[in-house]
Amino acid sequence: MPPHPNDGDDFGSPFFDVRLRRARLGLVVGLTGIVMIFISFSSAYVVRQGLPTLDPRTNVLLHDWFPVPLPRLMLINTAVLLISTITMELARRHAARKVALGELAAVPGVSVNAEEKVSWLALTVVLGLSFLAGQWLVWRDLAASGFYVSTSPSSSFVYLLTGMHGVHLFGGVVALLTAGVGSLLHRRADSQSIVLDVTGWYWHFMALLWVYILCLLEFVH
Amino acid sequence: MGLVLLLVIWLITFVSAYFFMAKTWWLPTGASAAAAGIDHHFTTTYILMGIVFVAAQVLLGLFAWKYRDRAAAAPARYSHGNNTLEIAWTVLTLILFVGLNLMSSSIWASERFRPAEPGALQVEVTGMQFAWYFRYAGADGKFGATKPELIDPSAGGESAIGLDTADPASKDDVVTGTMYAPVNREVEVILRAHDVIHSFFVPAMRFKQDAVPGLAIHMHFTPISTGDYEIACAELCGLGHYKMHGMLKVVSQVEFDKWLTAREAEKQ
Amino acid sequence: MADGTGGRETIMATREIAAHEIHAHAAPQGFIRKWVFSLDHKVIGLQYYFLALTAVFVGMFLSLLMRIHLIWPNVPLPLLGEIKPETYLSLLTMHGTIMVFFVLTTAPQGGFGNYFLPIQIGAADMAFPVLNMLSFWITFLGYIVMLSAFFVVGGAPLHGWTGYPPLSALPTAGPGEGAGADLWVISIALFCVGALMSALNFITTTLDMRARGMSMMRMPLTCWAWFITAILGLLAFGVLFSAGILLLLDRNAGTSFFVPLVVVNGQLAAHKGGSPLLWQHLFWFFGHPEVYIAILPAMGLCSQLVSVFSRKPIFGYKAMVYAMLSIGFLGFMVWGHHMFMSGMSPYTAFAFSVMTMAIGVPSAIKTFNWLGTLWGGRIRLYSPMLFAIGFVSLFVSGGISGPFLAQPVLDIPLHDTYFVTGHFHLIMGVASIFGIFAATYYWFPKMFGRMMSESLARWHFWFTLIGTYAIFMPMHYLGMAGATRRYSQFTELAYLRDLIPLQKFITYAAIVTIAGQFIFLFNLFWSMKYGKKAGDNPWEATTLEWTTATPPPHDNFAGRTPTVYNGPYEYSVPGAPRDYVMQNDPTTVAAH
Repeated sequence: MPPHPNDGDDFGSPFFDVRLRRARLGLVVGLTGIVMIFISFSSAYVVRQGLPTLDPRTNVLLHDWFPVPLPRLMLINTAVLLISTITMELARRHAARKVALGELAAVPGVSVNAEEKVSWLALTVVLGLSFLAGQWLVWRDLAASGFYVSTSPSSSFVYLLTGMHGVHLFGGVVALLTAGVGSLLHRRADSQSIVLDVTGWYWHFMALLWVYILCLLEFVH
Repeated sequence: MGLVLLLVIWLITFVSAYFFMAKTWWLPTGASAAAAGIDHHFTTTYILMGIVFVAAQVLLGLFAWKYRDRAAAAPARYSHGNNTLEIAWTVLTLILFVGLNLMSSSIWASERFRPAEPGALQVEVTGMQFAWYFRYAGADGKFGATKPELIDPSAGGESAIGLDTADPASKDDVVTGTMYAPVNREVEVILRAHDVIHSFFVPAMRFKQDAVPGLAIHMHFTPISTGDYEIACAELCGLGHYKMHGMLKVVSQVEFDKWLTAREAEKQ
Repeated sequence: MADGTGGRETIMATREIAAHEIHAHAAPQGFIRKWVFSLDHKVIGLQYYFLALTAVFVGMFLSLLMRIHLIWPNVPLPLLGEIKPETYLSLLTMHGTIMVFFVLTTAPQGGFGNYFLPIQIGAADMAFPVLNMLSFWITFLGYIVMLSAFFVVGGAPLHGWTGYPPLSALPTAGPGEGAGADLWVISIALFCVGALMSALNFITTTLDMRARGMSMMRMPLTCWAWFITAILGLLAFGVLFSAGILLLLDRNAGTSFFVPLVVVNGQLAAHKGGSPLLWQHLFWFFGHPEVYIAILPAMGLCSQLVSVFSRKPIFGYKAMVYAMLSIGFLGFMVWGHHMFMSGMSPYTAFAFSVMTMAIGVPSAIKTFNWLGTLWGGRIRLYSPMLFAIGFVSLFVSGGISGPFLAQPVLDIPLHDTYFVTGHFHLIMGVASIFGIFAATYYWFPKMFGRMMSESLARWHFWFTLIGTYAIFMPMHYLGMAGATRRYSQFTELAYLRDLIPLQKFITYAAIVTIAGQFIFLFNLFWSMKYGKKAGDNPWEATTLEWTTATPPPHDNFAGRTPTVYNGPYEYSVPGAPRDYVMQNDPTTVAAH
C-alpha cells in the first residue's frame, strides 16, 4: 500500500493493517466509555426498583415500582435490528474484500468483480432507520396506554433506556450514511473499509446492548 | 536559594504545627457521652499524622538545601531505588493507616450500629428552608400523623411540620423551635426534611447527620452537661443556609419536665 | 537475526522507517486550518491550555468576591453592588465547577498531555487528530454554556459544584435553580463528551503509537500519568453524564429519579419516590476518580522534574508506576467516604473507610520516592524545580488531613466544615496548580523557543507558596472549631462570629496571593516575545521532546521517527560522558 501524506484521517500510519488495528482499538476504548453510561443507568434502575421512600402521609415506607407492559412492537423492532446486524456484517465483509482484492486488480490481465449485487450498506441504513421509526411508534403506543416519561418510575426508565439507545444507534446510522456518501464520492477503498469495519462492530454492539436493555426491562423487576 | 527554601518550608511547617499543638482554635468542649472517645481518637490521629507531617516537610526542606548543586558537590548518586525499602515503607504505612481506622471502628459501631436504648427520649427533628422544628411525642409516646398538604411554614410550629390535628395522637405533641433535652439521658433523634437535604450539626455533642427528604433517620446521642449548645445546618440547602440555626438547651430532668408540661399546657 | 530479533520485527521496523521517511506530514496552510480548526496535537494542547488560563482567572475572581463578601457582608462592591446570600452561593458553585472542570481537568491533561504525550512516546500526533480537534471544541462549547448561566434570568445556580438534589432538581428551591441550573447541567454533559473523546485518544495513542524501543516501562512517568488519568476519565465521565441526564429529566420532564415527595415553601412539588442518595452515589462514583484525574498528571510531572533537576534517576520507577495504577484502581472503590453523614448505611461507610485509608498508602509511597530522588542528588533550583518541591510540600500537607476525614468517627465533627475545604484545596487545588505552573516553566522553552524570566518566576513562587499556605492552612483550624462550609456569612451563630478574625486573615492572604498571580500572567506573555532565546534542550533532560527542534515541527520529528534505547531517567550514569543520557542515544545504553 503506497503511503500518502494525508493529514488527519490516516491515524498516524500509511499502512492499512496498522490503521485498522488502531481504529478497532479506539472503538473498543470508546465502547468502554459507552458501557459505563449504560451501567450507570442499569444501576439506577435496580436501585430505584428496590427503593422505598417514606410516604409523608402515612409515615410508611412505600414501594412504588410497577412494571410497564411492553408493547409487542418492541419484539418486531428487535427482529428488525437483528436482521440489520446481518446486513451490516455483509457490508463490512464486502468492504474488506474490496481492499484485499484491490491489490490484485492492479495486476495486468487480472479481472476482479468486486461489485456487490445488493447494497448491503443501504439495506442496513434502511433497517436501522426502520428500527428507530419503530421505537418512535412504541413510544406513541405507550403514551396511548397512559405511560408517559413522568408517569411512573418504571415508565421513566423505559423511555430513558430506549431513548439513549436510540440516540447511539442513530450515531451509527450517521456513520453509515457518511460511508455511503464516501463510496459515492469514490473515496479510497481502504478508508471506506476502516469506516465500515468500525461502524460494523459498533452496530453489533448496539444490537447486543438493545437485547440487554430489552431483557432488563422485561425480566428484571 | 536552597537555604531560603529550607527556611520557608520549615517555618510554614512549624508555624502550622504550633497552632495545632497550642489548640488556639480547637474542637469545642465536648458535652456528650461520645465526645471523650471521639476526641481521644482525634488526638491519637493528630499526633501520629503530625509526626509524619513534620518529618516529611523537614526532610523535604533539608534535602533541597543539603543536596543543592554547587561546584564542590559530589556527583549525584546513580540509583534506581531500593526494593527492600519500598516494601518496608509500604507495609509500615499500611499498618499505620489501617490500624488507625480499626482503632476508631468501635466508636463508630457504638454510635451508629446500635439503635437507641429503649428508654431514650424521642425527638423528631425536621429541617426545612430555613428553620429547624422539634417535636416531642407527649404522654402517649406516639407521634401524631403529619400530612404534606397541611404544611405551612409561614405559620410556624405545628403548621410548619404539617401536623394533622385530627389525629388523636397529635393532641399531646409539642412542636417547638428550640430543642430541649434532659441531661444524662439518651436522646433519640428522628431526622426528617421537607424540601432539600439539610444536616443537623451540634458541634459540642460531636453529632452530625444529614436530614434527607424521603427518609426518617434514627440516631442517638447522650448530653452529659447542661448548657446551651448551638445547632448549625451542615448541608447546603439554599440561600438561607447560613442562617438556618437552632439552639439545644440541655437542662436537668426536673427542669425538662417542667418545660414540657408548660408547652403542653399552652396547647389547651 | 543472530541477536535473536525475529525476521518479522525487522520487516515491521523497516516498514515504519520507510513510511516515516516518506510520510512527513505536510503542515497545514491558512489561519483557520493552522490555528482554529487545527488537527495538530500541539496546537490543540495550546488551545486547551489557554482555555484553562482564562478559566483560572475567572475562577480566582469569583473566589476573591466570595472572600470579600464573607468578611464584609453588607458592603456594596464597585460595579457589582451588594452581594446577596444567593449570589454568594452562585459564585461558590461556579468557582468550584469552573476550577474543577475547566482548569484542573483541562490544563494538565488536555493542555500538556495533548502537547507532550505524542512527542514523549515518539509519535507524530495523536491516534485520531480529528477526534482530538472535536474534543477541544466540545469542551470549549461547554465552557461558553457554563459562563452563560451567569447571564440568564435567575443567574447561575447556587447548589454547589456537587449539585445535590432536591436542591438542584427543583427550580423553586432557590434563585438560579431555573435556567441557570439547566445550563450548568448541559455544560457538564458537554464536558463529559469532550473528556470521553479525549480519553479515547490518549489511551489508543499510548497503547499503539509508541516508537520502537519505547516499551511501557521506558515511558516517562508523565506518560504513565496521562495514560492512567485517561483510563480513569473513560470509566468515570460516563457515570457523571448519566447522572446529568437523569437530573435534566427530573428538572424538565417530571421524572423522579432523585426527588422524593417534597414540599418547598408550602407548595407540594410534582415528584415522589426518588432518592437524593442515588445522585450522591452516581456523582461521587465519578467524583472521587475525578480528584485523581486532577492530581495524577501533576504527580507524573513532579516525578519527571525531581529527577531532571536532581540529576538522578527517579527513585523506584516501577514502584511509582504501580503506585499510580493502585491509586487509579482503588480510586473507584472509595466514593462512599463523601457520604458518611448522608444517611448511607453505617456498615457500608465502614467498608468505604477501610478502602480509603488503604488508598493513602500508594500516595505515601510516591512521597517517599520523591524524597528518595532528592536524597543524594545535585539539585538545580530552577523555577520548574521550585514548583515541583512546592508540589511535594503541598501534597504532604493536603494529604495529611485525609486520614482524619477518612475515619467516619472523625468525619462526624469535620464533615462539611472548613477542614474539608482546606484539605481539598491544598491537595487537589493548589498542588495541581503548582503542577500546571511547573509544567509551564519547564516546557515553555520547548513550546515557544524562549525562556521565561527566572527572577519573575521566583517572585511568583514565593507569593504563591506562602500565600496559599496562608489561605488554606488556617481553614483546618476553622473546621476543627466547627466552622461550616458554604455559609455566605458568619453573623448568625455566636461561635462563628468568634472565628471572623481568622476568616479576615484568610481573605487578606487571598487578596495578596491572587495579586501575585499577575506576575505569572505577565511573565507568560512577555516571555513569548522578549524571553531569552532557548536551545533545544535548556534543562539537559533526557526525554524525547528535548531531542527535537524548538518548537517542534508539525510532525514532531521532521520525518525521523526516534528509536529508543534507554529509560527516561538516566542521569549521572557512571562512566557516561555527560550527566544525562538521552532516551534515543544508542552509544550509552544504560542497564534499563
